[in-house]
Amino acid sequence: MKLDSKIPGGPIQEKWDARKFETKLVNPANKRKYKVLVVGSGLAGASAAASLAELGYQVECFCFQDSPRRAHSIAAQGGINAAKNYRNDGDSVWRLFYDTVKGGDFRAREANVYRLAQLSVNIIDQAVAQGVPFARDYGGLLDNRSFGGAQVSRTFYARGQTGQQLLLGAYAALSRQIGLGAVKMFPRTEMLDVVVVDGHAKGIVVRDLVTGEIRSHAGDAVVLATGGYGNVFYLSTNAKGCNVTATWRAYKRGAGFANPCYTQIHPTCIPVSGDHQSKLTLMSESLRNDGRVWVSKKQGDKRKPADIPDAERDYYLERKYPSFGNLAPRDIASRAAKQVCDEGRGIGDTGLGVYLDFRDSIQRLGKDAIAARYGNLFHMYAKITAEDPYSQPMRIFPAVHYTMGGLWVDYDLMSTIPGLFVLGEANFSDHGANRLGASALMQGLADGYFVIPYTIAGYLAGQKAGAVKPDHPQFGKVAGEVAAMTKRFLSINGKRTVDDFHKALGRIMWGKCGMARNEKGLGEALREIPALREEFWKDVKVLGGDLSLNQSLEKAGRVADFLEFGELLCRDALERRESCGGHFREEWQDDGEARRDDENFCHAAVWEYAGEGKAPVRNVEPLEFENVHLAVRSYK
Amino acid sequence: MKVTLHIWRQSKKSTKADFAQDGKMVAYELEHVSADMSFLEMLDVLNEQLTKKGEDPVAFDHDCREGVCGSCGVVIDGVPHGPERGTTTCQLHMRSFRDGASIYVEPWRAAAFPVLKDLVVDRSAFDRVVQSGAFVSVNTGAPQDANAIPVPKADADRAFDAATCIGCGACVAACKNASAMLFVGAKVSHFLHLPQGRVEREQRARRLVAAMDAEGFGNCTNQYECEAVCPKEIPVRVIAEMNREFVRSKLVEEPPSTKRVGGDG
Repeated sequence: MKLDSKIPGGPIQEKWDARKFETKLVNPANKRKYKVLVVGSGLAGASAAASLAELGYQVECFCFQDSPRRAHSIAAQGGINAAKNYRNDGDSVWRLFYDTVKGGDFRAREANVYRLAQLSVNIIDQAVAQGVPFARDYGGLLDNRSFGGAQVSRTFYARGQTGQQLLLGAYAALSRQIGLGAVKMFPRTEMLDVVVVDGHAKGIVVRDLVTGEIRSHAGDAVVLATGGYGNVFYLSTNAKGCNVTATWRAYKRGAGFANPCYTQIHPTCIPVSGDHQSKLTLMSESLRNDGRVWVSKKQGDKRKPADIPDAERDYYLERKYPSFGNLAPRDIASRAAKQVCDEGRGIGDTGLGVYLDFRDSIQRLGKDAIAARYGNLFHMYAKITAEDPYSQPMRIFPAVHYTMGGLWVDYDLMSTIPGLFVLGEANFSDHGANRLGASALMQGLADGYFVIPYTIAGYLAGQKAGAVKPDHPQFGKVAGEVAAMTKRFLSINGKRTVDDFHKALGRIMWGKCGMARNEKGLGEALREIPALREEFWKDVKVLGGDLSLNQSLEKAGRVADFLEFGELLCRDALERRESCGGHFREEWQDDGEARRDDENFCHAAVWEYAGEGKAPVRNVEPLEFENVHLAVRSYK
Repeated sequence: MKVTLHIWRQSKKSTKADFAQDGKMVAYELEHVSADMSFLEMLDVLNEQLTKKGEDPVAFDHDCREGVCGSCGVVIDGVPHGPERGTTTCQLHMRSFRDGASIYVEPWRAAAFPVLKDLVVDRSAFDRVVQSGAFVSVNTGAPQDANAIPVPKADADRAFDAATCIGCGACVAACKNASAMLFVGAKVSHFLHLPQGRVEREQRARRLVAAMDAEGFGNCTNQYECEAVCPKEIPVRVIAEMNREFVRSKLVEEPPSTKRVGGDG
């Protein structure tokens, strides 16, 4: 597999300008001859579809939800970073770049991260112009707050619903283009394969989730903006529908999959309440601006939190990381929570939890000020737990939240399949081994609004418009394979439900490839997952037919892919013999802090599909750090 | 706890105006329900049991399960999203029901929202209303600095309150006229309170009202059922604002050409 990152030459500050200038253009009259297929309608997909249509391309956009507005970007709570330096507190493009490279534990590509930091400022301007109602101060100017891993206030927010407001902005822009006839929208439509003709991505095969019809769509380029794979763990903060299917099937058609083991465990989620649990709910990182994290100094302390005096509390983040305190980055805060729980100091019935306490900030600022900042989050917490977070501390525990790994892309966001572009969480490019809070929204929108509209032209300019039609034999072949797989699920008629298998996979993944990983556990997982997969294909029970709305069938396809993908994730975790960011190998640590091995692992691992039943091939893209000095990442 | 569920089962898309022809209520007994389960998790448990018995599981829309995507929504004992105020179906927990309760579960009922299967309805009418004009006509590019136009905090907050609408459709389901005026009013209000949105106010009011009528939504007769069931507690003032904007748009001369062009229009 050839991995040419196509990073432009020159100083890092000038690379993006250089690329924009050297990239070929498609003239306005020709743009309308090209068709681009955009899969996914979250921040990355909706912004890309709208922006490409505005430029004049024909766009078709697909989402499995009933409306593009419901993509899971909608649930992002805390905010979006941008190097505006409106606070006069020393922020700059360079500092956001530096923080992101360091936050990612030096496992991201410098040039991509610098471009992201540059574009961050345009995103805020664009969103405000669209009518996104960001929080403002009394002078009418935009307000900011702080997020983990940064010592400046650069996070723009809309109460605890920033993702919702930004997505509705992108959805409005997309809706405008749909209304104008420039985008054709296909809701309740799931992509099930990518069609590669003469080595280029020229279309997709989809299933209409209402009628069950399998359809082919041809285009001149395909853009995947299909999100992350956190649901391989079954329980995560992802929406129930989030899945790996689009990227996994692209992988099986030749796209390299990079760093699948980089998974983000978010430190502040509501703990699991029982076996019926279907998903986990995040409590935004922004809460750590005003909440203090603690457990009792004593093991097995069953007193009520209010009865534990301050002297007997361990505010462990403030103790261990005095310069960042409660705003230590996510991977570090999660591991610290695991550590105190492993020591027997966890709280609640299960001992798997820590307190996030607002007592002091309520005393300092008043209940109203806290309610104004986090009202919807407190409301959500009270709904789920039946506890009042204004009068007693929240109980929180880490949970799977985001996945930094994804399809490998070059600087132009093109995968190893020419013509197949990958945006947002679905790609691997910007966050290294750990994403900083409020950077996912930034990346999704930067990719969709400001990167793909330029870079896709460079590809399309070399392609003959409309060269491949849906009647090309390759479409028939792929559609036939997709239909056969659908029929196969329905024909097994075993005893176990799809959810049952998904939960079993989740238990293996969380137990052996979760917050801490080791050689023995990963070895076990690599035996257990294929066995479970075999069992799935023998004993799964999927009722109903293929030519109708059939939610069990939809889930079966997604879980079948997770059962293959989980194995790759564990394999990647096994082969990465170091600890970095969200990937913590117990064998490589210094007192609970991750120990990187820059000599052997300063690279992206890119997996190449080798065929059914064959071990995938591990390729590497070396990472070079010319602007940020490789150093031990310290937040102490 | 134990509950008896009476759930609307319908295998095919609605065809007739008389919905009673399309499906029927079916009763299910469910035991070992935990008070900490969400309503949808309770339906998950039912579906697991139905699947194991070889019976078709109940279809219902859901995704984020944290009250913000707007996918979920069923009528529970006659009330859209059930008994808790300001709460989506996914955020409703079984502790809100008593042990032994009989619970009636139905889809949204409105001519503009045909049922696709069981509890799943087609809400694409909402998307089409938005496509008619609930946006600021600005292309991606290089707009002025975000702080160039100060927006009074009170205005930004009012815009935000309207913009928190999740498009679930409960307002339509609650209304005896199946009116979408809370939904459409929320869009009007969101843009009305921002300087960026005010430029196109007349055109927006005209187009949204026309699109809403064309989709077959009814009119408002001031019962405020919509506000009572809205999980985001959008206030009915947005309906008044929409009406005011619509009347106002009638007083302003329409531009000579309202023809819309694709692409960079």
